[in-house]
Amino acid sequence: MSKATASDDVREDGVIESVSGPVVTATDLQARMNDVVYVGTEGLMGEVIEIEGDITTIQVYEETSGVAPGEPVESTGAPLTVDLGPGMMDSIYDGVQRPLDVLESKMNSAYLDRGVDAPGIDLEKEWEFNPEVEAGDQVTAGDILGIVPETESIDHKVMVPPDSEGGEVVDVKSGEYTVDDTIVELDTGEEIRMRQEWPVREARPTSEKETPTEPLISGQRILDGLFPIAKGGTAAIPGPFGSGKTVTQHQLAKWADADIVVYVGCGERGNEMTEVIEDFPELEDPLTGNPLMDRTCLIANTSNMPVAARESCVYTGITIAEYFRDMGYDVALMADSTSRWAEAMREISSRLEEMPGEEGYPAYLAARLAQFYERAGYYQNKNGTEGSVSVIGAVSPPGGDFSEPVTQNTLRIVKTFWALDADLAERRHFPAINWNESYSLYRDQLDPWFEENVSEDWAEQRQWAIDTLDEEAELQEIVQLVGKDALPDDQQLTLEVARYLREAWLQQNAFHPTDTYCEPEKTYGILGAIKTLNDEAFDALDAGVPVEEITDIDNAPRLNRIGVQEDYNEFIEELEADITEELREKY
Amino acid sequence: MQKEYRTITEISGPLVFAEVDEPVGYDEIVEITTSDGQTRRGQVLETTSDLVAIQVFEGTSGIDRQASVQFKGETLKMDLTEDLLGRVLDGSGQPIDGGPEIEPDERQDIVGAAINPYSREYPEEFIQTGVSAIDGMNTLVRGQKLPIFSASGLPHNDLALQIARQATVPEEDEDGDGSEFAVIFGAMGITAEEANEFMDDFERTGALERSVVFMNLADDPAVERTVTPRMALTTAEYLAFEKDYHVLVILTDMTNYCEALREIGAAREEVPGRRGYPGYMYTDLAQLYERAGRIQGRDGSVTQIPILTMPGDDDTHPIPDLTGYITEGQIYIDRDLNSQGVQPPVDVLPSLSRLMDDGIGEGLTRGDHADVKDQLFAAYAEGEDLRDLVNIVGREALSERDNKYLDLADRFEEEFVQQGYETERDIDETIEIGWDLLSTLPKEELNRVDEEFIEEHYREDGPEILEASADA
Ligand SMILES: Nc1ncnc2c1ncn2[C@@H]1O[C@H](COP(=O)(O)OP(=O)(O)OP(=O)(O)O)[C@@H](O)[C@H]1O
Ligand SMILES: [Mg+2]
Repeated sequence: MSKATASDDVREDGVIESVSGPVVTATDLQARMNDVVYVGTEGLMGEVIEIEGDITTIQVYEETSGVAPGEPVESTGAPLTVDLGPGMMDSIYDGVQRPLDVLESKMNSAYLDRGVDAPGIDLEKEWEFNPEVEAGDQVTAGDILGIVPETESIDHKVMVPPDSEGGEVVDVKSGEYTVDDTIVELDTGEEIRMRQEWPVREARPTSEKETPTEPLISGQRILDGLFPIAKGGTAAIPGPFGSGKTVTQHQLAKWADADIVVYVGCGERGNEMTEVIEDFPELEDPLTGNPLMDRTCLIANTSNMPVAARESCVYTGITIAEYFRDMGYDVALMADSTSRWAEAMREISSRLEEMPGEEGYPAYLAARLAQFYERAGYYQNKNGTEGSVSVIGAVSPPGGDFSEPVTQNTLRIVKTFWALDADLAERRHFPAINWNESYSLYRDQLDPWFEENVSEDWAEQRQWAIDTLDEEAELQEIVQLVGKDALPDDQQLTLEVARYLREAWLQQNAFHPTDTYCEPEKTYGILGAIKTLNDEAFDALDAGVPVEEITDIDNAPRLNRIGVQEDYNEFIEELEADITEELREKY
Repeated sequence: MQKEYRTITEISGPLVFAEVDEPVGYDEIVEITTSDGQTRRGQVLETTSDLVAIQVFEGTSGIDRQASVQFKGETLKMDLTEDLLGRVLDGSGQPIDGGPEIEPDERQDIVGAAINPYSREYPEEFIQTGVSAIDGMNTLVRGQKLPIFSASGLPHNDLALQIARQATVPEEDEDGDGSEFAVIFGAMGITAEEANEFMDDFERTGALERSVVFMNLADDPAVERTVTPRMALTTAEYLAFEKDYHVLVILTDMTNYCEALREIGAAREEVPGRRGYPGYMYTDLAQLYERAGRIQGRDGSVTQIPILTMPGDDDTHPIPDLTGYITEGQIYIDRDLNSQGVQPPVDVLPSLSRLMDDGIGEGLTRGDHADVKDQLFAAYAEGEDLRDLVNIVGREALSERDNKYLDLADRFEEEFVQQGYETERDIDETIEIGWDLLSTLPKEELNRVDEEFIEEHYREDGPEILEASADA
């Protein structure tokens, strides 16, 4: 959003009546609901959130210290929008799409000052526009007009804006242009530029939502192997503090096989955003080999930034995601944490003295969450391409208690649930995703893909793993009462196999250079190796080998080292042979 | 001179409401003079064209409707100078040590602006605290915010003081350069006795010279506690980012700070959040804790160790809960370990340092640090689990393997965590003790450790630092 984009008929027509934190009321303001306004002599950016008689209530996106009644308020006459066009990849924005690097140089300070504005995309930079239409072509809203090589990874597709009437192309440019230069002219007189604007609270139009059938491969064994999310799917990661929400989100941002990643840091730590800014340019996209930052857009409203901008940052993020979807890309959006967004709603609502719902959250909490996640999906776009927006939201329940409203209302909407567990995190079993509680409702619709692309018995192997882990959970309860040695031999063996499932397969170290990313073939391979141990071990048991001798074999612990092997195929092959040999020698 | 009003309409708890006929800015500083000539300072919480709500720092007792109200036309500022080092101030920044007036070099708003994440530098310099439970298992780095989660009656102050005394950055010691170290101590509502404990230690070790002390004691006004940490952090930022100091900020007790927030919220009749604390407490705490870090191009740093006492030892209580969601980890002080005499009684399992992963390893601490830490965590957790079982079935019913884990858990507490408040261990010693303990397990069990490290460090012939255990 930028002042430059606001309509020209700016009127200095309102006067501040009261100030209480981020909420300001004004009288005599000619504004519509959700219009962006500039508040006070410093021109702080805000949004109209309530109109009652002559009193307009505004949430202000910046600190309001020192702002006093009597100061002016001006309306832009337009709702909160984002600037869309080349230049969004490899950038970092605040909650209302002001580029943080531009703010740093404009403010000439490491601290975020007030009343400074900047457009979401560089208005001066010239981009190479390669047209894909020619004079005489008929175009309609959404159609692709040409390509701008934005980064090494991403071809930016310049489209007819969704609200255009369309028409016949009468003039097309080719070559270096800024985002505000006209690149295509229609017979209706409409001049199309590379830059579009779109109001953040409104979903961009599409033709049709389809059932997703392709997984969003995360490179995380427990996710791909047990609880996969689809391209265009939704997932929630709730968990207490320190259980691994952010690390999981970062892992997805790094390794998910999406074309574009939009990462929204909503009310979380400044250092975590800095970490992404520092790490991503150094990391390679495993698919393209290009720096990860080339396909990434960051939105940061850290916990100490003004709370109203926290409320808007998730919308800014999803609108950018939709724009790239319209180009036919698979986009993954991570929001860390949606609880902070919900709390921002609660804070504003309570300052408006609205009737509180459950735990003080506004009654519209469930509706807002649903609207947001509904913008995810696998879509048939207006221009005929197919694209998707996958949304993965972290949830930070107070006291780690999942029965609270944000977790519960989120679970009613999303189809994948990755339940983080304080107990697992405490014993440093990472990712601390509880395999008994988590689920993915996409599993069945994604199985055909895995069976075709990884292995025919993918679903079968997985079921074996699930059954073994289930059995372990039951046996553990008995062990807690009588000790392991009191169990029959076959059950002791099952416990041993399950331990390898946990340690060698489910656990994955995000900070190990190799283990951090595990392709589905490797996920399958490790599982297969454990299955080999299982089968050979039970054969040995049947042949009369004592269980202690089986569990004591030298080769089994090597299973735990597959994760860190780069050439895992050879390693697994050898290991399976060694385990088989060692066990068969015993009978 | 600002206009003086005698228009107070209501006094309620820490709040005063006054009518005005000229606009007053949000957050502006207010001076209230009572009929008998006392002055109190306050801050505007809500402002409209004719009525203003004021929060009075020193409490409202003695204020009546005749008191005069004067708006200062500016927000609360802190007087800053390097000469603050060595000084003792009250909770709102006025000297109480009988020393000279503070002559400020500059004045800064105490509500710090947010650091632009783009301007931050990711913290990754290892701070050696000399405490194994921290250095080895939950490493602190420069620019981190790492609170101590404690409870009443536990020795959190001893640990905080030990850290303040011992903290060094080993690499810099070697090249001899590096910025100077300073300690900012912000006390909120602690007892005079506790305050003395800190002051005595600072004086004994000569640390006072490089410290700035802010004292709001238990019998000082509660509302003042809401400005004390902001004063302390404004001073810290000044010393760190303008004067190149490495500043360690100790804030104690955050629980008292939060109680003050609750009191103000209740007086304003706000809709309360969980357990009566304000719904905006997360944001409010974040505005304190996020004032830690490093900034690109600046030499100094702000590291925070806030201390909080968990009401009812309950870490799901909103104060520790919200803190844990903001800070970069936490150190738990444990009541059981304390009664077993472990010093410091740090429970390493729920403790966490999130910045550890980038702050340790080859060139920072040691190449094997991460692996040793991971293995110790796993082994100690397993041993601890077995303790429950052993109570039911007895040691004999457990396998040899299980017994080894049980022993390791015991020795880990008694020999790794236990070290005493006066003992300083360097990182090498800490990791070597770790190896002594890990070597009580069979090699194959060390599945989190790289084989090369096992080759190099695994003790084939018993411990190298610790005494061999009695039964070995
Ligand atoms: N997959 C993983 N591999 C290794 N370590 C992990 C993994 N996941 C989490 N961790 C460890 O757990 C710590 C906490 O994780 P993280 O910061 O993601 O927690 P969080 O759930 O986001 O907490 P908060 O709600 O406070 O933000 C990390 O700093 C890291 O040490
Ligand atoms: Mg997090």
